[in-house]
Amino acid sequence: MAFLYLLIVLAPLAGAIGAGFFSARLGRVGAHRMTILGVGISCALSLAVLAGFIWGDLKVFNDSIYTWMIADGIRFEIGFLVDRLTALMMATVTFVSFMVHIYTIGYMADDEHNWPQGSLAGKHSYQRFFSYISLFTFSMLMLVMSNNFIQLFFGWEAVGLVSYLLIGFWATRESAVYANLKAFLVNRVGDFGFILGIAAVGMYFNSMNYSEVFAQAPQFADTQVAILGGVSLMTLICILLFIGAMGKSAQVPLHVWLPDSMEGPTPISALIHAATMVTAGIFMVARMSPLYELSTTALSFVLIIGAVTAFFMGLIGLVQNDIKRVVAYSTLSQLGYMVAALGASAYAAGIFHLMTHAFFKALLFLAAGSVIIAMHHDQDIRNMGGLWKKMPITWLTALVGSLALIAFPGFSGFFSKDAIIEAVGHSQVFGAHFAWILLTVGALVTALYSFRMYYLVFHGKPRMDEHTRSHLHETPWVVTGPLIALAIPSIFIGWFTVEPLLVSNWLGDAIHVAHEHDSLHALAEHWHGQMAFIEHGMHGWPFLLAMSGLGLATLIWWFGVKLMPNLDALLQRAGGPLTRILQDKYGFDDFNQRVFAGGGLGLGRLFWNAGDQVLIDGAVVNGSARSVGRLAGQVRWLQSGLLYHYAMAMIVGLVGLLTLYVVF
Amino acid sequence: MIDFPWLTLTIWLPIFGGIGVLVSGDKTDRKSGPEFTKRLALGVAVATFLVSLPLWFGFDASQAGMQFVEHAPWVPSFDVYYFLGVDGISMPLIILTTFITIFVVVAGWDVISYRPSLYMAAFLIMEGVMVGVFSALDAILFYVFWEAMLIPMFIVIGIWGGPNRVYATIKFFLYTFFGSVFMLVALIYMYFQSGSFSILDYHALALGMKAQILIFIAFLLAFAVKVPMFPVHTWLPDAHVEAPTGGSVILAAIMLKIGGYGFLRFSLPITPDASAALDGLMIALSLIAIVYIGFVALVQKDMKKLIAYSSIAHMGFVTLGFFLVFSIFRQPEVSTGAVMGIEGGMVQMISHGFISGALFLCVGVLYDRLHSREIADYGGVINVMPWFGGFVVFFAMANAGLPGTSGFVGELMVILASFRADFWYAFLAATTLILAAAFTLWMVKRVIFGEVGNDRVAGLKDLNRRETFNLGMLAAAVLAIGLWPKPLIDVMEPTIENLVAQIQISKLPGNDPALANQPEVPLKP
Repeated sequence: MAFLYLLIVLAPLAGAIGAGFFSARLGRVGAHRMTILGVGISCALSLAVLAGFIWGDLKVFNDSIYTWMIADGIRFEIGFLVDRLTALMMATVTFVSFMVHIYTIGYMADDEHNWPQGSLAGKHSYQRFFSYISLFTFSMLMLVMSNNFIQLFFGWEAVGLVSYLLIGFWATRESAVYANLKAFLVNRVGDFGFILGIAAVGMYFNSMNYSEVFAQAPQFADTQVAILGGVSLMTLICILLFIGAMGKSAQVPLHVWLPDSMEGPTPISALIHAATMVTAGIFMVARMSPLYELSTTALSFVLIIGAVTAFFMGLIGLVQNDIKRVVAYSTLSQLGYMVAALGASAYAAGIFHLMTHAFFKALLFLAAGSVIIAMHHDQDIRNMGGLWKKMPITWLTALVGSLALIAFPGFSGFFSKDAIIEAVGHSQVFGAHFAWILLTVGALVTALYSFRMYYLVFHGKPRMDEHTRSHLHETPWVVTGPLIALAIPSIFIGWFTVEPLLVSNWLGDAIHVAHEHDSLHALAEHWHGQMAFIEHGMHGWPFLLAMSGLGLATLIWWFGVKLMPNLDALLQRAGGPLTRILQDKYGFDDFNQRVFAGGGLGLGRLFWNAGDQVLIDGAVVNGSARSVGRLAGQVRWLQSGLLYHYAMAMIVGLVGLLTLYVVF
Repeated sequence: MIDFPWLTLTIWLPIFGGIGVLVSGDKTDRKSGPEFTKRLALGVAVATFLVSLPLWFGFDASQAGMQFVEHAPWVPSFDVYYFLGVDGISMPLIILTTFITIFVVVAGWDVISYRPSLYMAAFLIMEGVMVGVFSALDAILFYVFWEAMLIPMFIVIGIWGGPNRVYATIKFFLYTFFGSVFMLVALIYMYFQSGSFSILDYHALALGMKAQILIFIAFLLAFAVKVPMFPVHTWLPDAHVEAPTGGSVILAAIMLKIGGYGFLRFSLPITPDASAALDGLMIALSLIAIVYIGFVALVQKDMKKLIAYSSIAHMGFVTLGFFLVFSIFRQPEVSTGAVMGIEGGMVQMISHGFISGALFLCVGVLYDRLHSREIADYGGVINVMPWFGGFVVFFAMANAGLPGTSGFVGELMVILASFRADFWYAFLAATTLILAAAFTLWMVKRVIFGEVGNDRVAGLKDLNRRETFNLGMLAAAVLAIGLWPKPLIDVMEPTIENLVAQIQISKLPGNDPALANQPEVPLKP
């Protein structure tokens, strides 16, 4: 089996190396064939592994591939843990990646127009893009298939590197290279916590291997650490690790990089910044469930952060006019839902939503990309409208994605989101009540921003200029094909997977939930099939709010805009200070820019000027050199070379010595 | 194979080879012009690397003691011997030296037009002398190599340096010389105590606390300047800025390591009680180097200065790894971590040799073309030099400690070990994840990315074959250690375990019985 899993991981890497280093020889077609073949192999095998877990009796694989190093008695290994949780992640990652690879053929076809004339940086950019997304697939697989903390961190940073390279893919654009630096640094703030968490695990467990650590964890449940007046060891470890997840999965206040990451090409917004990489934090916490279950404090921290992100980031989506940014804020909000599920110990529900979200959000991003291609790279939804007629496939698939996003009954997102809200409602940890309110009202917000965008893009009067309108047409099959392929699971995947994931505990031992935290048991106990679940959901607050949001959105942005074309702008003006707060994104960016970026530079300048230049070099180093010089200058006149000076000195000295001798 | 004097060969081949290069001269007649000189120099450098390889492949990694030992009388009347040998600490550093020198020779190929024979000879002689520093086991022999090392570097900066080279060379020379005279006094003092100049005898020498403290401070002055540690670091940025590319590479990649090596060979084993008493000071200075210097690096406008400050911050990790062992000893409930800290410091030294060497070569590539090191003079270099841009991003990531590169391994080990020593050590050390990424990648953004900065940048040509070779080889080394550090760690582990066992035993006279039980370090002929 080790060979099979190695093949799954290495096939995309081989594609990445080929397309990256032999771009000239392979040419465009060779490069995309090679990478698609690599990811295709990986996807087919991953699906086979998943099938082996569902219908066959595939055993959990947990073994080392090679020993990275052995230091001070601790083994650091590169190895795989493939259980049901991993298999689900592998299938999701490789499937979305496969679709995005195909889609990229269409999206990046005219990439040379995105580079300055004659710039060598744009040479073979098409091949390089394929190389990067394959490298990403490799890194992400390394992350989810790891059986130890070091390889987890390796994959964690590797996906961060590829994200950096891809956000700044158009490396000559100032905004892109600003965004990628910001993304990397904010993620590094998260990694700062993450590495300390790993160090804590290393210190107390003397192992980096998941199964060894999890097996020992209960012994440390009551251990206290003398830091900051004493905290529980498990709380410390879990919160430190979660800080890493807050960076990668863009939770408040480390969320600021994700909206800016939209500077990258749309295929990677779908793959990296919606479907897979940003969910690494959710996966990590679910994988660490045996640790998180031992700290109620950490769980409630996770729950509150998630709920705050889900609600407040969704609100910002209401005032965005860039099609990709609306989807980006929606992603932030949905990640918040997943994190909240983790905090409520409903790990399975979090992973469930991770999966359904991967499909419908990748779909929404790719549909947005399709619109952007048709609009000649204009991303402002105020310039769109009425696209449904010209782009039927994009329109219908985007509608599917939006319905799944707002949790319309029967669509995949309905099952996963309803389960999360239900689970949070049953959770007993501190802050669960508050979180439940935010998440429930969040359903209304989701419906509003989703359908605001949907109506402004696809319905109403076309608002683009004449030239763009005359060229509007549906995008080629390499673009629409992946849209259809993603639309199908966006509708159906929830129906088919809700029972095994949430009711019959298909994930099994991959996830550990303490009995007193089990917030999904009510759902499982009252399970009477999918139809009953839908009916039950239709009596709940989330459904009512989502539907009123849908109705309100239809009223305003469909009927209303038909009557008054500038209604959206009027509403935003009517919002007054509220709109301004949302447009300022609550001021996070300004604050970071001023306090952290400005403060860091100020501190650097202070240290350099006052410390290195004035104090050390000025006073001590050059100062002592100067005083030696001054002293030498002063004693120089003693050596006057005049005999009578020396004779005089001798006499004075003699007299002085004699006096001393006589007196004492 | 082991009986062959490989160490002597590795020391003297480049020294005599360097003299040969010097003699071959800069004659401009076609037959033996500078081209011949350069080829000869490259031949000597490659040959030296090859003769150093048996040290790695013939090394018995299960042994903690000295290997490839050579012992011959030198000045018998003063008990001074020609005494050489390597263990798991010095051997990797010797390989690093012979490896890096090749790239220094290649990097000077097209660039040095004024007296290339002298330039190449200086580096080859310096190579031999530095190998001598790492392998000398006689204190006087060590001291001779230690001081001899300064002369070629002094010449390199003084002749091929920048406009302010006189200030920089004097500062460099005085700083390092100031440190080393105290070391000489300490070495002679211990000769009078032990009747021997053997460094191994010093390791077993019982010393009172007062003597240990004084000796420790004498060594500290010598080694702290070399590392360099805060606050005696200010010579380094000046020396780097004025040095030619090759000088910067050797300075950063190898010469700084001699300070770290000194702590392991002298301070820790000779004065363990003083080290334990003063470890708080050492850790504080190391953490200041990491945090304070990280902020200072952020605001540098000159690329070489920025990388120089980055070196100081990274070397802070080395000294942190070395001196946190005592806080681990003091906690009986923490059983491991000491070995990992010292190993982490060692890996960090090797890795920093590759990465900082490569980064200085990268700055050299730009400087050779535009004769400026100012960040503001560049911008959008990727538009005209895409391959170069790729290498810079790679080495920048390595400098920021990205997993998969060698930069990560040492940082990880030191952070893991420092967490065992004290949470707050680890907390401050881990800030490097943010700071190193910030100062390195911000520089990359301003120099490499964006639109073409000015007309001079627009005319740049991408890497030539020699530059590609240099950067490619270093990238391969960085990746190799990052992806599979095991062979390197395995070589060091027995030596470092032995060292940790040794420094746990007090050397105060009252503890003489314990000292007698100290594990005998076997001498392998």
